[in-house]
Amino acid sequence: MPVYSEKVMDHFTNPRNVGEIENPDGIGEEGNPVCGDMMTFYIKVKDNRLEDVKFKTFGCGAAIAVSSIVSEMAMGKTLEEAQKITPSLVAEELDGLPKNKLHCSNLGAQALNMAIQDYLNKGEKTKGKKAVTTESKPGDQHCYCPYCDEEIMDAAAPYCQACKITLSLCPECDKAVSSDDKTCPNCGADIKG
Amino acid sequence: MRKTYLDNASTTPLHPEVQKAMLPFMGDIFGNPSSLHQWGDGAREGIEAARAQVAQLIGADSEEIIFTASGTESNNMAVKGLAMAQPKKGKHVVVSAIEHFSVLHSARTLEKSGYELSEIPVDKYGSVDPEEVRKAIRDDTVLVSVMHANGEVGTIEPIGEIAQITREKGVIFHTDAVATAGTIPVNVKELGVDALSLAGNQFYGPKGVGALWVRKGVRIIPLLDGGIQEGGRRAGTENVPAIIGLGKAAELAKADIAARMEHLSPLRDRLLTELSAKIDHIVITGHPQNRLPGIASFCVEFIEGESMLMLLSIQGIAVSSGSACTSKALKASHVLLAMGISHELAQGSLLFSLGTDNTSQDIDYVLEELPPIVDRLRQMSPLYSKFIKEEKGDK
Repeated sequence: MPVYSEKVMDHFTNPRNVGEIENPDGIGEEGNPVCGDMMTFYIKVKDNRLEDVKFKTFGCGAAIAVSSIVSEMAMGKTLEEAQKITPSLVAEELDGLPKNKLHCSNLGAQALNMAIQDYLNKGEKTKGKKAVTTESKPGDQHCYCPYCDEEIMDAAAPYCQACKITLSLCPECDKAVSSDDKTCPNCGADIKG
Repeated sequence: MRKTYLDNASTTPLHPEVQKAMLPFMGDIFGNPSSLHQWGDGAREGIEAARAQVAQLIGADSEEIIFTASGTESNNMAVKGLAMAQPKKGKHVVVSAIEHFSVLHSARTLEKSGYELSEIPVDKYGSVDPEEVRKAIRDDTVLVSVMHANGEVGTIEPIGEIAQITREKGVIFHTDAVATAGTIPVNVKELGVDALSLAGNQFYGPKGVGALWVRKGVRIIPLLDGGIQEGGRRAGTENVPAIIGLGKAAELAKADIAARMEHLSPLRDRLLTELSAKIDHIVITGHPQNRLPGIASFCVEFIEGESMLMLLSIQGIAVSSGSACTSKALKASHVLLAMGISHELAQGSLLFSLGTDNTSQDIDYVLEELPPIVDRLRQMSPLYSKFIKEEKGDK
């Protein structure tokens, strides 16, 4: 059984809207190469609509497919509509993602949203518009053991029931990290010290 | 489409002769080796012959071989069983930082039950310095475990030198030889170790079977309690067909090892030199000379390993990667990180592990297919565009 859906493979092997926009109206960058995925979104806005969306992504097949589908979902939408693109909608649109790759869908939605915010912040003085953040629902936040990939039922418990490893939560991103780690594998934050 | 399997470190295919040897034990010879009747006799003869074959592969005595269900089980049994057999001596265990998780996590399990653990660092090639082992050994050290070679970067460790130190200090020394047994010559007497793990699916045997060699006279606590199989050291009805397969694979490897190495090394060297020449910003990982004959490992800058792996797979090429995205746990390879490779570079990890079936045409095919995949992913990569901009800015 392949790990990725056909739709993920389609967007991964034939990604839409790859590239940069010259003089973009907004740029959003999310993730970092330490955790393995990094996405940069560029947007062009006309009459409150996303006239053009482009991206560049460093990452796995899921990260590239997520970027591609987010760009497609956002294209032509009003800013308010685009801000409603949640990670779960992204995953759904791709006919599902492996559970340990769901965080890629967070990154895609966040990077797009940051680009929109960037645009809104620039125009705030002149247009007086407020930036809105899409908060992902608590239901979207699954926590996985960084060692064995099993879901940690109680995210507050510093312990993985499956592989019996002692965990702590990263102070930056609140995801599970091994207590041996110096840097968070999820967000790259310095944990110790 | 051309199918090119270059992931023999994950598992080798089953040798046809191994399959042939196994089949009767999945049919007529179904008895339980512990049974005293005729049905048991056939199965018992089979596994004892296999034990001799495995012993011969590593220069050991048959009775020193314990069959297990995997290299992982062998490593678990060695680390936990050897340490726990010496309660009076102490509770300190020494392992290298690049051990397989079955050694590393076993050691950490011991740590949770009151043992102290010292992890020995490696240099940029992934080599363990025997002097670091000497420094780590204390009066209460009960076990040193350092792998014979690392299957992820190919580096072969100085086991003989480490064994001299452990013998001098009177400490039990286990080596995980899963990546080497059946691949390069392994002789327990020449290595001077006290225990050694191996696994069938690393040298054309079946999956789900391994062996642990423990030198006669060395005490070990069983991992599995139950009946008196494997001399009371490993309970449970034996996986007879798999053990027969392991034995046959060992026999074939013993006869073929020099020819296999001669076949693999030039193919590996072609990958190492020609990929480095064809692709910019690519780093070879592991020791430049002292490496396994079939392992060509790299880190490709600015892109991520899983995406390379998936695109190669579409072209019919199977490889592995130590990138965070490739691992289920989303952690970059601890081996690469221990070698001082940055998280960022480790994301671009790519591992080609060659097998006896591979040909020079397979290498040609990789050399043709990988560079455009790297280009394509770099065109998508924000890290690459940043790099290009910076480079232009410098000029």
